[in-house]
Formats: sequence, structure tokens, C-alpha cells
Amino acid sequence: MRWDDYTSPGWDELLRDGQARAGCEGMVRALGLLSLAELRDRQSAAELAVRAMGITFTVYTESRNLDRAWPFDVIPRVLSTREWSAISDGLVQRLTAINLFLDDLYTDAKVLADGVIPREVIEGSVNFRPQCIGATPAQGVWAHICGSDLVRDSDGTMYVLEDNLRVPSGVSYMLENRQVTKRVFADLFRDLDIHPVDGYPHRLFDLLAALSPRPGIRPTIVLLTPGVANSAYFEHAYLTQQMGIELAEGSDLVVDSDDCVYLRTIEGPARVDVIYRRIDDMFLDPAAFRPDSLIGVPGLMRAWRAGKVAIANAPGTGVADDKVVYAYVPELIRYYLGEEPSLASVPTWLCHDEAQRSHVLANLSEMVVKPANESGGYGIFVGPQATRAESEAIRDRILAEPRNHVAQPVIALSTAPTLCDDRVEARHVDLRPFILSGEHPYVTRGGLTRVALRKGSLVVNSSQGGGSKDTWVIDPTVGDAPLVSAGARTGDR
Amino acid sequence: MRGEPTKDPAGPRKDDVVLLSRVAESVYWTGRYLERAEDIARLLKVHTELHLDLPKAVGPGWSPLLAVTGAAGAFHALHARPTEEEVIGFLAIDADNPGSVLSSLARARANLRTTRSVFASESWHALNGFFQWALDTRDEAVDRRGRLRWMDGVVQRCHLLTGLMDGVMSHDHAYAFLAVGRNLERADMTTRVLDVQADILLRSSDQLGPYADITWMSVLRSVTAGQMYRRTMGGGISGAQALAFLLKDAQFPRSVEHCLTVIARSLLELPHSALPMAGCAELQSRLESADVGALASGGLKHWIDDLQTSIAALSETLSDSYFRVGSESLLRTA
Repeated sequence: MRWDDYTSPGWDELLRDGQARAGCEGMVRALGLLSLAELRDRQSAAELAVRAMGITFTVYTESRNLDRAWPFDVIPRVLSTREWSAISDGLVQRLTAINLFLDDLYTDAKVLADGVIPREVIEGSVNFRPQCIGATPAQGVWAHICGSDLVRDSDGTMYVLEDNLRVPSGVSYMLENRQVTKRVFADLFRDLDIHPVDGYPHRLFDLLAALSPRPGIRPTIVLLTPGVANSAYFEHAYLTQQMGIELAEGSDLVVDSDDCVYLRTIEGPARVDVIYRRIDDMFLDPAAFRPDSLIGVPGLMRAWRAGKVAIANAPGTGVADDKVVYAYVPELIRYYLGEEPSLASVPTWLCHDEAQRSHVLANLSEMVVKPANESGGYGIFVGPQATRAESEAIRDRILAEPRNHVAQPVIALSTAPTLCDDRVEARHVDLRPFILSGEHPYVTRGGLTRVALRKGSLVVNSSQGGGSKDTWVIDPTVGDAPLVSAGARTGDR
Repeated sequence: MRGEPTKDPAGPRKDDVVLLSRVAESVYWTGRYLERAEDIARLLKVHTELHLDLPKAVGPGWSPLLAVTGAAGAFHALHARPTEEEVIGFLAIDADNPGSVLSSLARARANLRTTRSVFASESWHALNGFFQWALDTRDEAVDRRGRLRWMDGVVQRCHLLTGLMDGVMSHDHAYAFLAVGRNLERADMTTRVLDVQADILLRSSDQLGPYADITWMSVLRSVTAGQMYRRTMGGGISGAQALAFLLKDAQFPRSVEHCLTVIARSLLELPHSALPMAGCAELQSRLESADVGALASGGLKHWIDDLQTSIAALSETLSDSYFRVGSESLLRTA
């Protein structure tokens, strides 16, 4: 690979003016030894591996759900250990504050009494659950598993774009991407000191097991899935296999009059201790939330409130990933921890505030406007790329529902070299690390890098033409040395 | 993989591993569908080989394949005549035929996909790759040039999966359901082959004349019994002896007797197995008391029909005992 004609419209993760960034030297050197044809061979091998391993995601269309091969770009995205350590610390700080906030909000609500967040912001959030007030989940932790989206602007600043606190997905792809690159880039693993990522399922299992309301007894843990039609079903099945827990659907579970949750097994009912739920709050329990939910378990909230079963993430966590509440997270960090946030949040204008709304409406062409409670990249307005009609439409929607819209400046999104048809080109990427909040916080080494495969596109969601890359956190201090023994590593186990 | 979250060591592991009713059912069907794919592929291969040996005038045609697989009705709803290409295409790769090799693999894959936690990941990768291969190469299944190789490919990959499951998955309750599913399907297929092929042969052996032997051998080979038959029964082939071998041989893994033995042994591993055990025992005693010589000279078809009804009833009993446990009865036993 030669980089003579490689250019990035902004900040590139690997190169600066054709030279390797700090920490990326080993990777650039390794790629330099490969011709474009060899790289393409490895891409084909990777695509074959993705197919054989059955790594898929489901796309909803009008007529049916399609199971598609997971789109994967063979060139890994590289981060240095030094930078990652700082980001990792910042994420732990952030989640610590968010969990303190959730625990406070659903008990004493001092945060509202002290005026840190206006009461109407919380009460206006569709993800605030009055049903959770007074609940006391184990260890005071509500958001056990979080997938935060990080983006880097053209000046190199890394921002937290959003925290996914309800049912974040993608970690299975992070793990499988690594399996794929091990197959096709085994030679590079010999020369670069790449932090392993496969400790995650073990950590997640330990976190879930520690939540059991019956300490001393081997807990029965289930992952509660909406079922085979869900877009993340691959991940649900994969994680249960990796953790050795049960994959359950709502109809496999029943809550008895003793408020305990039971699993329908071939030997009769078996008590469930911990539920890793991958179902949205509103569908979790038709007796507490949407009565028309067919995928939930009637009585589950009753069992949870009685302390007979642990649920991760706890119901009600979604209030903290409301995009309006997001704007207050730096303030929450100061309020609960007395610290300055070490990771930047994207400046956010709240449309329910009249002054801020006027600013947004006057500068729509430079703004990204988001609905407060959507995920998956749906409903996002990107000012610089919008047509006149789209601009008019978003203006009407903001005026109709100001509480449900926030606006942010356009973040250019950094790029990473990506194999395109006949050459390697810069494509925009983001990064979703996963943060586990239990007795000991844990952050994945790197995370899932998503890449917008269309030239110029900033949309990285797999449902909308996005792909993914393996993410290598490399320790440049040992980059030139042969692989050191596992014991000497600072890796994740 | 299951870690120990507490200081207090929990009791013996086996008692702690729960098996969901829904998962048990999916595992059972994974076993059945994989066996079905293998059996049908072998049947199509052996029948094709028989055609290569026989002169056109005495050939059995292709409709017996539809009869064995119980697909005649579905086939004739779509096709006017049972030509070679259409019958093979229908039974091997037609996605609209739920009993085709390809559909069986798709169903096995769909079932395994929902139960990945009880299988080793190698099984998922192998079955997934197998299905992709079958899908990609499906055109080779119909044409005579590629057909035998394709059918062999299916059979071998099924053996690979059987071996993988035997070799890397714990022989726990889930494995018992897998074995029950596989052997129930296998017993069913052996009786189907006998039902159709043997019945025709026994009634028309005079017309077949010099070809009776190779036709009987073909029946045996439909369930890979050719070589083991010779080893066990000695040289020549008689209809009654072939029948006895396929029904009652205690050692051949595709005889009905052997399948029932494996089912009974697997059921012993499972909790609450009294009812399915009784169903299996009833089948075993019926087999034991059968006079194969008499059946060969008349009444085989009727007797086999009864046997198949009992096999289907055993599958229903399994459902009632393990798979369809309603919440009322669930909580009553709590």
C-alpha cells in the first residue's frame, strides 16, 4: 500500500499528511507491505469468514425482515493505548455520574430539588418511568451496560455523541470482527501488540451473576430477547452462547404469586435470578407498561420491585439517554462527583428553550437536528445536506414538538482508510465502546468501529449503508518488539 | 464457561443446568431435520444409481421417491408428470417443498440458531457453512452429472455435524433430545423405505426377474445397509432377510430396532420420561413379536402403517411431556 494519493476531508485516524500518527506506525508499516491486490484477497477472505460464521444483522423492510451478512471492512481502525486509557477513564466517570443520577432521580430526586435539571425536562421525557420510583436495584446501579457513541471532530477532539443506556447493541460484532481479523491478518498479530477484546462475555457474566438476589446459589441467568425477528437477534444468540446462559423469550417466563420469575423447563419451573433484558421498557411487562405487548412477561415489574429478580439494565434507565438529558450530563458529573468532565460532550441546543430554539431555527443549515428519543439514526436532519423541503419540514416539527428536538453543530467525523472498489479511500467512522458498571467498572478495549461506506456520508448505522471495522488498541511502546508474553501485557483479562 | 460468582460452591453442576422447553423442542427438531436432509439425499442418490443399472423397461420410475417421502400430493399440485428432473428438483432443492433437502437444512439451521447456547459454536459454524454451500451449489443437485456428488456432499456434511455434536457438546439433556430426534426420524425413514420399496418388490419380484437382487440391494443401500447386511447375513439377498435386517438387527444403527434402543437409552437420561418410555417400549415389543417371514408373504404394508402411526404418536407424547407445558401445569408442579 502506498499513501501518495490518499486524502481525508478532515481528521484521519491513521495518517497525518501521509505519515503515520503516533501509535499507528506499526500498522502503517504492516499495510505498506501489502499490495492492493493482496489487501483485496484478505477482504474476500474476511467476507467468506463472515458468511461461514453466520454473522448477520436483520434489516426491516416493508414486506419482510432480511437477514444480511454483516458488512465488514478489512482494514482495522487503530487507537493508541495512551489515548484509549484517557477515554476509558472519561467513560467510567461519565457512567458513574449517570448511575448516581438515575439512583437519585428514582428515589430522593435531589437533582430536581437542587435545580440541576428542570423538573419539566424529566417529566417530559418519554423514557421517564414513574413505575420505577422507589425501586432499589442491587448496588444502586441502574445502567449496567452502556454503549456510548464517540466521534472525533476535524480538530481531533473526541466527543461523546450519545449514551445508549436502554438496550445497546453491537458488542457481538466487536467480538466477531476480531475473530475475522485473526483469521485474515494473523501475521500482523505477531508483530503488533494488539489488546485482546474477548474478555467481555466473561466480565458481563460476572456482572450479571453478582446481581443475583440469592447469593450463595449458582444463579440462573437468562437473556430476554424479543425473538428471532429482532434486528439484534444474532447478538442475543451469540452472547448467550459466549456466556453459557439461557436465551429466553417472554413466553418462556412466568411470574408466580410468590413474585418470583420462573423459566419453563423440561423439568418444570426453574427460578430465574437475573434477566439481561434486550427488550425495551415499554414491552417488558404488559401489566405495568404497554398492555398490548406480546413479547413481555406479565408481572415482571412486580417481581423486580419485590427484589426477587434482577434486571439489567434496570427499567427506567432510558431517561438518561434522552437527548435533552444528554445536554445536562456534564453538569451531572460536576454535581455528583465534584469533577470536571474529562470527555467532551457535543454542544447541544434544546429546542424547548425559546432563546436556544431561535438560534437553531436561524442556523438550521449548519445544524444536525435529532428527535430526543430515537435510536438507530432514524429521524436525523443534517443541515448542510438537507433540501429546502426537508428544512421546512424540520422547522414545522420543531415548532410542533420543541421538547422532542435537540440541535448540535455538525461534527465532521474523522475518517479511516477503507477498501473501496479500486483503491483505499477515506471514509467517516465513529466508535462505540461498551462500559460495564458493576462492582468494578470495565470498558472494552476500543469498541465497535462503524464506518459510513458511501463516500462523504456521515451515517454509520448498519441499517443505513454503514459497515464496520475491527478496532485495534495498540501499545506503540512495544510495537517494534516481538510479541511479549501474555503475563506482561496490560490487556483485558 | 459458567463462572462462580460466590464463595459458596454450588452443588453438583448437572442439576443446575436448566433446559427450556422451547429449547428442548428446537434441539429435537434440529436432530430430526438434519437426519431428514441426510436420509433424503441418500435416497435420491441410491435411486439415481439404481436407474443407471436398470434397463428402462423395468425401471421403477421416479414416483416411488415421492411416495417414500410422502410428497406425492404436494408434488402433483405443482407438476403434471413425475419426470426425473422435476422429482429430484422438488425433493432436493425446492424451497416451496418443506420436506426438501434444502428446506430441511434451512429448518435445522433456523432451529440451531435459536438454541446456540446449548450447542458448541463449532456446530453453528459448520451448519451455517453447510447451508450456505447447499444454497450456492443447489443447481448441481438436479443435473445427473453433478447429482451424485452433491448428494454425497450433503451426506458427508451431515456426518460431520453428527460427529461434531457427539465430540464437542456435553452429553446432557439437550444432547438426549438431539439423539431422540435423530433416531426417531431415522426409524421413520427406514420404515418409509420399507413401506414403499419393499412392498413393491415383494409383490412384483417375478416381473423383476434377474434384477430383483440389485433392486433389493438398492433398498438396503437407501439406508446404507448394503455392506453391513452382507457382513451380518452372508452372501445372497432374500426379501425376508433384508426385511428382518432393516427392522430387527440389534447392531446396525439404522435398523428400526437399533433406533428404538437409542431412543430408550436417551429417554432414561431425561426427567419425567415415564410416558414416552412407555410409548417406546410398546414399539419395541411390537417389533420383537413380529413374524418377519409371514409379513414378507403378506400384510407388510398394513403392519408398517401401524408402526408408523405409533412412531408419530411417540413424537406427540414427547411434545406433551416436555415441549407444550402450559403455565397452569407449570405452576402446579412448582
